[in-house]
Amino acid sequence: MPGTLFYNLHIRIRLVLRGEKAMSDSFVLELKGITKAYFGTTVLKDVNLSVRPGEIHALVGENGAGKSTLMNILFGMPVIHETGGFDGEVMLDGESVRIESPRRAMELGIGMVHQEFMLLPGFTITENIKLNREITRKNVVSRVLGAKMETLNVPAMRKDARAALEKLSLSVDEWAPVAGLPVGYKQFVEIAREIDKKNIKLLVFDEPTAVLTESEAEYLLDAMRRLAAEGIAILFITHRLDEVMSISHNITILRDGEIVAQMPKDEAKIERIAELMVGRKIERAKLPPRGFEPSDSEIALSISDLRVEMPGERVKGLNLRVRKGEILGIGGLAGHGKVGIANGVMGMYPAMGEVVKGGMDVPLNDSKAALQAQMAFVSEDRRGVGLLLDESIEMNIVLTSMQAQNKFLYKGPLNSLRLQNGKRIRSHALKMIKDLDIRCTGPMQLVRRLSGGNQQKVCIARAFTLEPEVLWVSEPTRGIDVGAKQLVLDLLVEFNRTHGMTVVMTSSELAELRKICDRIAIVYEGKVVGILPPDASDVEYGLMMAGKAGNVKEVG
Amino acid sequence: MPEKVPAQSANTPNAQTQAHAHAHVNTKKIGAVLGKNSVPIFFLLLSIGGIIAAGLDINYLINELLGRLGRNSFLVLSLLIPIIAGLGLNFGIVVGAMAGQAALIITTHYGWTGLGGFGLAALISVPIAMVLGWLTALVLNKAKGREMVTGMILGFFANGVYQLVFLVLLGWVIPMKNPAIMLPSGIGLKNTIDLFDISYALDRGLDFIWDGFIMTEVGSIPIGPWRIPILTLVVTALLAWAISFLIRTRLGQQMRAVGQDMHIAEVAGINVNRTRTVALVISTVLAAWGQLIFLQNIGTMNTYNSHEQVGTFAIAALLVGGATTRKATIWNAIVGVLLFHTLFIVSPLAGQKLLGIPQVGEYFRVFLAYGVIAVALALHAWQAKVKSNKELRGE
Repeated sequence: MPGTLFYNLHIRIRLVLRGEKAMSDSFVLELKGITKAYFGTTVLKDVNLSVRPGEIHALVGENGAGKSTLMNILFGMPVIHETGGFDGEVMLDGESVRIESPRRAMELGIGMVHQEFMLLPGFTITENIKLNREITRKNVVSRVLGAKMETLNVPAMRKDARAALEKLSLSVDEWAPVAGLPVGYKQFVEIAREIDKKNIKLLVFDEPTAVLTESEAEYLLDAMRRLAAEGIAILFITHRLDEVMSISHNITILRDGEIVAQMPKDEAKIERIAELMVGRKIERAKLPPRGFEPSDSEIALSISDLRVEMPGERVKGLNLRVRKGEILGIGGLAGHGKVGIANGVMGMYPAMGEVVKGGMDVPLNDSKAALQAQMAFVSEDRRGVGLLLDESIEMNIVLTSMQAQNKFLYKGPLNSLRLQNGKRIRSHALKMIKDLDIRCTGPMQLVRRLSGGNQQKVCIARAFTLEPEVLWVSEPTRGIDVGAKQLVLDLLVEFNRTHGMTVVMTSSELAELRKICDRIAIVYEGKVVGILPPDASDVEYGLMMAGKAGNVKEVG
Repeated sequence: MPEKVPAQSANTPNAQTQAHAHAHVNTKKIGAVLGKNSVPIFFLLLSIGGIIAAGLDINYLINELLGRLGRNSFLVLSLLIPIIAGLGLNFGIVVGAMAGQAALIITTHYGWTGLGGFGLAALISVPIAMVLGWLTALVLNKAKGREMVTGMILGFFANGVYQLVFLVLLGWVIPMKNPAIMLPSGIGLKNTIDLFDISYALDRGLDFIWDGFIMTEVGSIPIGPWRIPILTLVVTALLAWAISFLIRTRLGQQMRAVGQDMHIAEVAGINVNRTRTVALVISTVLAAWGQLIFLQNIGTMNTYNSHEQVGTFAIAALLVGGATTRKATIWNAIVGVLLFHTLFIVSPLAGQKLLGIPQVGEYFRVFLAYGVIAVALALHAWQAKVKSNKELRGE
């Protein structure tokens, strides 16, 4: 095809200009018509993808777009075969292959750097790098009982591990245990393990930078470039679009299990990728109007001299007044106590001070009292505090209401002996799943199995079920992908506008606070230093967050 | 064995880390070591207290301990490999003990005697134990994460099958006639079988060289009478060496990997179920041999009870030695046998001396065995919870 020819030429010229090794014309990996369903739900539909040697191919998509399933297929994970296999063809170096186990994938030269580290903490770096590929020596027993009884040749293993680490210019003792290593190092040990495999052709990076700091990530991207220059094909899965733009040659965008676009990097723009990923334009929509404007004449909650003993997020004598019907943002740098406010008011951490709601004192250090004062809390610690991971979605949604408000229970003389009303729980859960667009197999699915965004929606559904007057939300979009972020923010706005809920939202992302809040309070060293309107300039925000506000500022 | 072995052992992971640890000894480290070994230290103090309270003759204690060390260590060592492979405490060794007894019933029936008879019993027990170990593995591989309780219940179930075979089917379906070991009705085995044929076969297997008897005086302090079960201790030492050898092999490395994280091992291409099966089969065969060693020392077999508490007592001994459900060493096993059995010997005597009621000590034995297991398991569950909470918080 002339188009392909031109395309190849185009890439080659570009690479030659960049001084990189030219990619070969043949493909290392070709996926053809991959289709996969889990229990009747199609998660991948007719996916085609090809990668050349030396190419860095970015695969982007939201959580739940099917990236992980695709990688599981490529890596022969048991979960694929236990659920009925898949349709389509995987070709390596032009030959059709069947990858029925991770072991087979390894033999074929496919390596994987996993999102969650596949390292054994009790093993040394060397033992991890050489896991199941140990160098061994024959001995008397092995001559009788077979190769499994050969003794480990530790010096040879260390030498290989050293070489692999040096290739990544990582200076760390190869005999150090993995357990105490910093996160960034663990990532590199993973990579060292893959490149130690002599026949490695294709390396899959599954969101490798998600856990890294910026400088570590930069270092990692450098390492990836070097590996690609040596002729290894790289499949790079990520959320971070600027990384895609900085290192990939080609980009494939996956949405809801289908490929929506494939393009060379030069033709791509971040905004366009983001748009294709979510399938809707991300822009700052105008917020819907209200019947009345919140003002100081009606105060929903007034906090004075609040002190909270939350480790790392201490609140030191904070005063704040929340207007009825507003969305109040709480911003500030990490460690200055913004997260501690909601946790203190809702009784999660030891607190003292005065919280008055509707003329009544709300007792502190008492979660139940806080809930009964018509307040609800969506915690920043979703998996630790926010959810019962091994319970169903519906139970997570109604549990707090059942406990604190005796909702969803049959009538009975003793509250503690009243039975659950399964029918009402189910219908409410189904409504919430529909209204909040929780992607799941049904209300009985365990929350642990949901993606981060959907888990967050369950948390919000639970808070909403309490029908609170004041809703505290901490870091609502932490650890969830772009599309889900927007949905979560939209939900908060909807609660506020249609149900008149007062929302107090704490977030480290100033951008999202400015997107939906009426006012934003900035916390510095455990106190509010000022309250800004969302359209205040970046300079004003920057100065205030650094504690350099000349005088405490209030907006009207 | 080849002369390479010592050179290799210097490079094993354990040797390395220990060497590393020794380089940084300071008071903090000593405190940590004490904390780590708090369980054996506690039982050591208890033993010393008991010995003083009972006014026990040390020579008597040492003689008893030597015998019990030979009698029990092999069984306790058979627990190590499943722990390394992440299966926890293998309550399923009861099944192995049954295999050993089945083999012993066969050899006793045919009247094979002495070390030869014992060796034959050991040989016969291997295929039986391998099949049973494989069946155990089939079940435990379906019950990942709940191996201990499953293994324990499996032991109870196997006991039922054992009784069916030797109490009902033998003589009725399985043709066998032997009034000496069978019930007068001709169906089923007697409750107690005299193991005269192989009694002390292993313990005294080297008597033609030296009978292991020590009775002398050093200065004016009487030493002995002690009787060392030489061949048994040699066999046990061989097993200990074999286990430490296994850990240094590729198979051992795979077991350690599976023991730490099955998922990661799977991703690394290790056949997890197979590795666990191998660990269980080895453990079951070793338990069968261990039970044979135990019985040749006791000299009689309680046909329907001898195996019942094998798992519990061996596990209690290992835990007293400072092992956990996830980590156990050969030294844990040996120290554990010594401490646990010191208490076993001492507690009835101490009960008699202090309260005039020997039963108190008897109660204490049972209390000790089960209490140790309960506390160790609860501690383990608690530690696991603390750890998972820490992980949740991303520490």
